[in-house]
Amino acid sequence: MTTSALPAFASGRRLPNVWDAAAIICVLALLVLVARAAHGTLAPLPSADTIHLEISYLPYYALRTTIRMFVALAFSIVFTLIFAPLAAKSRRLGMIMIPALDILQSVPILGFLSFTVLFFLSLFPGRVIGAEFAAIFAIFTSQAWNMTFSFYQSLTTVPRDLDEASRCFRLSTWQRFWRLEVPFAMPGLVFNTMLSMSGGWFFVVASEAVTVGNTTFLLPGIGSYVSVALSHSDLAAVIYAIIAMLAVILIYDQLLFRPLVAWSSKFRFEMTSGGDVPDPWVLGFLRRTRLLQLLGEAIGDLANVVGGMGMRFPVRIPAARRPATSRLLDGIWFACIAVVTGFALWRIATFVAASITLLQFGRVILLGFFTLARVAAALVIVTAVWVPIGVWIGLRPRWARLIQPIAQFLAAFPANLLFPIVVIVLVRFALNPNIWLMPLMIVGTQWYVLFNVVAGASAFPGDLKEASANLGVRGLLWWRRVIIPGIFPYYVTGALTASGAAWNSSIVAEVASWGHTTLTAVGLGSYIAEQTSAGNTAGIVLGVSVMTSFVLVINRVLWRPLHRYAVRRLTF
Amino acid sequence: MDQTVPTDTTTLVRIENCRQSYPKESASDVIILDEVNLSLREGEIVGLLGRSGSGKSTLLRIVSGLLKPTAGDVRWRGKPIDGPVRGVSMVFQSFALFPWLTVEENVALGLEAQGVPRAEREARAEDAIDLIGLGGYENAYPKEMSGGMRQRVGLARALVVHPDLLLMDEPFSALDVLTAETLRTDLIDLWSEGRLPVKSILMVTHNIEEAVLMCDRILVFSSNPGRVASELKVPFPHPRERLDPAFRQMVDDIYALMTRRPVEHPKPLVADKGAPPAPQPVQPLPVVSTNLMAGLMETIEGEPYNGRADLPALANAFQMEADELLPIGEALQMLGFAEFEEGDISLTDAGRRFVGADTDDRKEEFAAALRAHVPIINQIRQVLDERWNHRAPALRFRDELEDHMSPEYADSTMRTVIAWGRYGELFSYDREADQFSLDDDHDDED
Repeated sequence: MTTSALPAFASGRRLPNVWDAAAIICVLALLVLVARAAHGTLAPLPSADTIHLEISYLPYYALRTTIRMFVALAFSIVFTLIFAPLAAKSRRLGMIMIPALDILQSVPILGFLSFTVLFFLSLFPGRVIGAEFAAIFAIFTSQAWNMTFSFYQSLTTVPRDLDEASRCFRLSTWQRFWRLEVPFAMPGLVFNTMLSMSGGWFFVVASEAVTVGNTTFLLPGIGSYVSVALSHSDLAAVIYAIIAMLAVILIYDQLLFRPLVAWSSKFRFEMTSGGDVPDPWVLGFLRRTRLLQLLGEAIGDLANVVGGMGMRFPVRIPAARRPATSRLLDGIWFACIAVVTGFALWRIATFVAASITLLQFGRVILLGFFTLARVAAALVIVTAVWVPIGVWIGLRPRWARLIQPIAQFLAAFPANLLFPIVVIVLVRFALNPNIWLMPLMIVGTQWYVLFNVVAGASAFPGDLKEASANLGVRGLLWWRRVIIPGIFPYYVTGALTASGAAWNSSIVAEVASWGHTTLTAVGLGSYIAEQTSAGNTAGIVLGVSVMTSFVLVINRVLWRPLHRYAVRRLTF
Repeated sequence: MDQTVPTDTTTLVRIENCRQSYPKESASDVIILDEVNLSLREGEIVGLLGRSGSGKSTLLRIVSGLLKPTAGDVRWRGKPIDGPVRGVSMVFQSFALFPWLTVEENVALGLEAQGVPRAEREARAEDAIDLIGLGGYENAYPKEMSGGMRQRVGLARALVVHPDLLLMDEPFSALDVLTAETLRTDLIDLWSEGRLPVKSILMVTHNIEEAVLMCDRILVFSSNPGRVASELKVPFPHPRERLDPAFRQMVDDIYALMTRRPVEHPKPLVADKGAPPAPQPVQPLPVVSTNLMAGLMETIEGEPYNGRADLPALANAFQMEADELLPIGEALQMLGFAEFEEGDISLTDAGRRFVGADTDDRKEEFAAALRAHVPIINQIRQVLDERWNHRAPALRFRDELEDHMSPEYADSTMRTVIAWGRYGELFSYDREADQFSLDDDHDDED
């Protein structure tokens, strides 16, 4: 068992073995595939009829979708590595960037899709790559913020003694970053990347087929495949797409994230060696493959050399503050912010005055409350269903070990691929879309509630379980006094994620179509969707801003205080 | 400072009139260190001995260049210090090892920062690892090791850069008694055999015996603000014998020194910044539970001490260090239950009454002592009595505390106020509302 050893550092005989042959073949095949997919991005923009519904095209589409995800992920990582340190190291930048990130996190990305598509298409007229960038940008915006937040939080909580040790041994800023800050942030960063990726599949699928005004842009991918299948009422194709997506997520989960999470546990800060979890099979495979190991070592060495380079910026010690200059700079900085904010306010005011009436505004707010009611109802249902089940599973370690990866896996599955199935049922039984489209919003995000509750129940201390059994606490009293307070912090985390994602998905969940039938639920999500397909900029901006405000207010008024309360009172 | 005086080459560190204060919004600063002078020569082990809150760890960080003092002159080999000094390395109380680096990588970190080539780095790391008795652990990760082994890594990491001065911040206090003793003897053996690649050691400790066992010179610090109260030379050659009567006597003397009531009126915590300092009703309270106080009083009153106990003997009997025992004693002294006298502690009449009483009477005795001797508690009770609804937000008292001490001390003092007040049933406290009240349904939280 070598959970704590990097593949790169493990030693052994260096002769190629049978694992290497397999590995090399896999790597070469991957390169060929990527090259082919990349070539496709230079092709002219396909029209709706160039997306083929034959099943033989699906693997290629799946590959294109996956590559889009990983390109966006690369951008998100670069963004994180640059902007989180800026926010953490500079008080003045942090003042602006942290609230900005917080708001960006709550903006429904899908609402802006039509703008970004137009913007990127105007950069590369007539080329697929413009639409590619728009899709990648959409995924990026769904991933980057929480990764940056996680890194920022780690940077501001670097243990004081390690910080002092690194300064005492005179590590340069560069060395500190790679030797202390990045490793310390690694577990949180990997975990948040995983969450981001899970959310990202949803957006990549949604962003492959965008209709602005009369034009529909289609990018070869699973998302566009499904959207074409929908307009052709081709149920078989929809099911193939679902199966293809399941396969893609299974592969990415097994090949990439299980090994990454296991590997990142070596950076966990607590000094006790935690419960040893067996290596995921891929990590074991990598550790057995000698050539790959050599390659890994070369990369590790290079990383070590780069990270260890003594690029020395003047390291200042917390010197006596010079309040006068500092205050002057603060003044200038605040003035700059005020000017920019003022300008922005003026732009918004002129825009609003020109294109939005008070009546419209009131109507959109009202629509917001409709969607709010739907989100709340969905959360209530999910809670009622999954909390008891989650507790039941969590208290049985064997089941929890089995269910936990499945729930995480399901959370990554883009729920929008399942929409058609629901729509067919709604059409068949002529159900009221205002009520029955509601489950769509939560179908993908309910898993967050489940796996958090399972995690909470499995972490519930054994002695408390025994004590409550010993005192004969049973039934409702047990739920009220024992288990609900015990899992509450976990539940809040899950519900918070689920509710945020539900708002976002309302944009695609309140309008559903099957062939020529379109079902619409009255709400803010369908409003944004309608304005988008009508190409009405003012309406989109209004809808998106109102939705952002709803999310922000609910977070501030409900989730944050609940979370604080849970952490303060109900953690062990 | 005085440039004409030629600098003694064997003087590594010279600190003059050093002062460290904590800036406050108001006109006054909270002083952590005041008027500290220290010079450190080659070839000696110097100990900074004092209670927590005496600023000795702060002083260590000033010497290392991690912290710039508010005022005063700090020189390393005659040159002013303006950042982490090359030639000074530090051993941390918490070890401060990087959990994602192996033992060897941890040890080599300082060399890497200096840009030492890889081959030399590995050779020197290996030497340091062997010297400190870690051979065979090169590829282990810190979390696989015991506390004692981890601190050996911390030592090797500090020694590998061949520092002139080794700083140690309570290096053994996170270890169990036996492990700590082994490490101390190993270190002293290496030092007396001249095998340690350092010229001088400066260590912070609150363990009196440790200081007498290891140091050539001990600076005893007084608290609030931290100052050098006295300086002692330890005349015994290494290896030292703990049971030697002269050794015991020295330990006894230091106990007496550390528990002596300040002769002069203690300087207020608040520095004069124009306005004359206000009279000082607010002092930090030690974090001492009422159970500990009751337990200590019962022990002193019982056999074999019969009301008066020798502090080192008491510390030995309880397996407590001075830093754990003294705050309890001081809390008792503050409440008028006990008194320190020449390294002994004895119960007062109030203390004896407390020991003899039953639970309810004890609470009454305690409440009376609190109201008589702890102004902030008395003030809280007065405010509650005066208010029509008998409630008061805790915030105003927190603010008052923070005007006189650092936020950490204000916080721990507040917690003590709440715990003591609850035990004495003077008031109850609702944490959610952060509010004091006179309700009968008091919350028992020791």
